[in-house]
Amino acid sequence: MSLMKRMALIFRSKANKAIDRMEDPRETLDYSYQRQLELLQNVRRGVADVATSRKRIELQITQLTQQGDKLEGQGRQALAAGREDLAREALTRRSGLQQQISDLQTQHANLQAEEERLTLASQRLQAKVDAFRTRKETLKATYTAAEAQTKINEAFSGVSEEMSDVGLAIQRAEDKTAQMQARAGAIDELIASGALEDPSGLGKDDITAELERMSSQSEVDLQLAKMKQELGAAEPRKELEGEGK
Amino acid sequence: MIVRILSEGQYELDDEAVAELNTLDDELTRSIDAGDDGAFRAALSSLLAKVREAGKPLPVDSLQPSDFVLPDPDAHVDDVREMLGDEGLVPG
Repeated sequence: MSLMKRMALIFRSKANKAIDRMEDPRETLDYSYQRQLELLQNVRRGVADVATSRKRIELQITQLTQQGDKLEGQGRQALAAGREDLAREALTRRSGLQQQISDLQTQHANLQAEEERLTLASQRLQAKVDAFRTRKETLKATYTAAEAQTKINEAFSGVSEEMSDVGLAIQRAEDKTAQMQARAGAIDELIASGALEDPSGLGKDDITAELERMSSQSEVDLQLAKMKQELGAAEPRKELEGEGK
Repeated sequence: MIVRILSEGQYELDDEAVAELNTLDDELTRSIDAGDDGAFRAALSSLLAKVREAGKPLPVDSLQPSDFVLPDPDAHVDDVREMLGDEGLVPG
């Protein structure tokens, strides 16, 4: 059988099963309306969840970019101090970060698309729920068992199909967010462990430590030279005081 | 005839257009049976393009059930196979 038809039947059979469970079709209407409202809540929550994940990724992109800039600065600093090995190390790490950043940017785009899709799904469902509520009241008011069944079935099938569609969209968004959360968690751990960056600023990565060691080394050398100079030529150089730093 | 594209909405098509869709639908069915995602993707996107081109979107507040349902544009061939094999996948 044709795929389009098979899929339509799958959706239809869901609706029919729900209808068959009900003794009075009017009950079906009220029950379905409740389910529709619940689903609307779910899809809105879905939109909020995806938005939260998207923002988390944005934050990570910012953090990693800052870390990349810092490494670039350190590379420059190391090179200026004649430590090409250290500069190379800093730039290698930076290129690793670039890879992470571009992966995150792809994920960000995916989540944004998912968010838009869910938002549209929620608008479509809202329109159908409103239409269903009106239809349900009319049907209940003019209810006669003989003719109502088919009309109820039609309205019910229409909205039930939309509900299945929205349900699938929510499922898919949840899957995508869950995958993303796992990755984001791993990146947060990397950041927290100091492998990428220590946000507290207390611990130091090894490149920073090496640069500081070098800079304090040259500071010490400078001080030593200054002291030697002062000791060696204290008397004649007195007039130069205040010029050196 | 009313056709739903999952995650997109419903379109109304006349019988002539539906007849055209059937050829594309055969290709799609074959690609699913073969589990060939490349062929599936190609057939699906031409099918969806045809529906969007020939169909008139139903108003969002319409409560009419669809005669045909099509996968969403990003669906993978495995998702659709799963959906067809196990009705439990469709919630509701």
